Amino acid sequence: MPKGKAVVDAERCKGCGLCVTACPFGVLELSATYNSSGYPVAAMAHPEKCTGCALCAQTCPDVAIEVYREKAASGSAAGGST
Amino acid sequence: MAQRQLMTGNEAMAEAAIRAGCRAYFGYPITPQNEILEYMASHLPQAGGAFVQAESEVAAINMCYGAAAAGVRTMTSSSSPGISLKLEGISYLAGADLPCVILNVARGGPGLGNIAPAQGDYFQATKGGGHGDYRLIVLAPSTVQEAAELATLAFDLSDEYRVPALLLADGMLGQMLEPVALPTPRDPGSLPPKPWALTGAAGRGPNYVASFALDPLDLRDLNLKRHARYREIEARELRWEEVSTSDADLLIVAYGTMGRIAKTVVRQARREGIRLGLFRPITVWPFPYAPLGELAERVKAVLTVELSAGQMWEDVRLAVEGRCPTPFYGEMGGVVPTPSDILREVKRCA
Amino acid sequence: MPETQTLTKVFARPRSLTDKRFTYCPGCHHGLITRILGSAIDKLGIQEKTVIVAPVGCAVFAYEWFRCDGVQAAHGRAAAVATGIKRARPDLTVVSYQGDGDLAAIGTAETIHAANRGEAITVIFVNNQIYGMTGGQMAPTTLDGQRATSCPEGRDPATMGHPLRVAELIATLAAPLYVTRQSLHDAKHIAQATQAVEKALRYQVEKRGYSLVEIVANCPTGWKMPPQKANEHIAGTVTKVFPLGDLVDRG
Repeated sequence: MPKGKAVVDAERCKGCGLCVTACPFGVLELSATYNSSGYPVAAMAHPEKCTGCALCAQTCPDVAIEVYREKAASGSAAGGST
Repeated sequence: MAQRQLMTGNEAMAEAAIRAGCRAYFGYPITPQNEILEYMASHLPQAGGAFVQAESEVAAINMCYGAAAAGVRTMTSSSSPGISLKLEGISYLAGADLPCVILNVARGGPGLGNIAPAQGDYFQATKGGGHGDYRLIVLAPSTVQEAAELATLAFDLSDEYRVPALLLADGMLGQMLEPVALPTPRDPGSLPPKPWALTGAAGRGPNYVASFALDPLDLRDLNLKRHARYREIEARELRWEEVSTSDADLLIVAYGTMGRIAKTVVRQARREGIRLGLFRPITVWPFPYAPLGELAERVKAVLTVELSAGQMWEDVRLAVEGRCPTPFYGEMGGVVPTPSDILREVKRCA
Repeated sequence: MPETQTLTKVFARPRSLTDKRFTYCPGCHHGLITRILGSAIDKLGIQEKTVIVAPVGCAVFAYEWFRCDGVQAAHGRAAAVATGIKRARPDLTVVSYQGDGDLAAIGTAETIHAANRGEAITVIFVNNQIYGMTGGQMAPTTLDGQRATSCPEGRDPATMGHPLRVAELIATLAAPLYVTRQSLHDAKHIAQATQAVEKALRYQVEKRGYSLVEIVANCPTGWKMPPQKANEHIAGTVTKVFPLGDLVDRG
């Protein structure tokens, strides 16, 4: 499985949790960190499980997530700009 | 000036609009202005312009809002009840600083009223009409020739100041057939550019057109800037006509169709030895307060004559400021007084 | 970020979006629809010729989210404003972004007649079954029995009518090129909605026709549901009233 990484823009995140549910591998969780607006910020609790599938980013209503994938992986996530 | 031709006021305003570079017209049928809609339907597409018979007056003025935002000279026309419906859109045009020309070929009211000439929309036109602190440039023609010229001027002033302009006519002027020398056609491409318009954000940042500012300080500033432009218009764009005022000791103030009839009254009064003059505002907003006030110093009375219960009369009294008596004579419901009706009122003041 | 140096970015913010943070509530689908629209604009390469018409409602700032020219329309009048822009400058791609109160209540006439004339515009219709901005009142699309602040006992069809099915209504007309209803309640539906928005824009660019993309959306705040529960409500209940799929495709 290709390895990936989801980078959450903490200030854009509103802690809605939709990315947590969207991730098929349980990578993301709402952390105990709060941003300046008072929202709990989503973060990679299990980064080792991330495949870079970008379902979290595609689900995020605040466009707060950017996703990276190892170069070995081919194709790109639908819906986002690459 | 081109050769003169016979046209109705409605046709002349429509043709003048096309010649002024109007390339987007949106309207809805209502008497007594249907000829404008029909003229645009048959002539504007030939000039390369867009014509849409809208589903409502509300839609028509909002189509104008879109076309104006896109930087194209645009116009709608209607009559009193239709203008009431357009007021929402007119307020948005004013709030977004968009140029647009609106023709009101006014009729009797309130409500459905009738289709006869009336001047009951003066407050609506000059005092705001819709919601919020805004003004329209309001021009009141009294002949078909002047209707064509003021239609042209309305486009120029509206573009220059980014303030919507309204032509306040009435059913008599709209239907009247008179010789008119039409203005020379202008190529829309030759008009001053509108860098603020929605043309696609190519090679520049996005342009936004909105009347929306959530922060009170921002909205106040937008209003202050707009009102500064209103002050500029008041200082630079006053227009009025005086007839036989140099030796007058009595003055009639009348605009539009009543201004035209009042000219006949002045001639008749003069034949009878009454030194009557006429002050005819052409811009009713901005209203020519100062020049009227100066004339009021020299006369025994200023008689306001309107096809209403006395709407411009309030501006006349603001102009005269108690310098002399300010009697009023008006008719409503589409009743148009004859020159002798008015002369009778003049003699009461004499 | 040294650890990402060996990685390729596969999902980034669409270039046609500005950096402004959305004013929407947590979990609100408006933001997602904005992102989808931005992605479609990027994909078609039309950022420099697109105009966004924003409504009155929660999306009142929609014109500020895009690096495209934008205009704010009076409540319900977006389709008329879009008509005016498109007729004045047919070379522009005009997107009318509207909610259900705007499009299906106060703007019903403008909506139907723009569609019936086949105006070459793309209408993005956000159907979240409530007036969000004004605090959760009943919308024309509110479900039978659904509670809202102006129908506290739930929508009673006997006096308040049934939810208005806009896509079906528009699909009865001869002119529209593309009429579809989409949802965003899971990744699969997000992908489908993305394709639908792209198609609607492409039809405008290529074929100069009218499209309506109705998107069944959530309103976690107005519905008083956490975002994920709101998505489940869409999947289990809302899509029964508002079935998903293409209704018209004359492309």
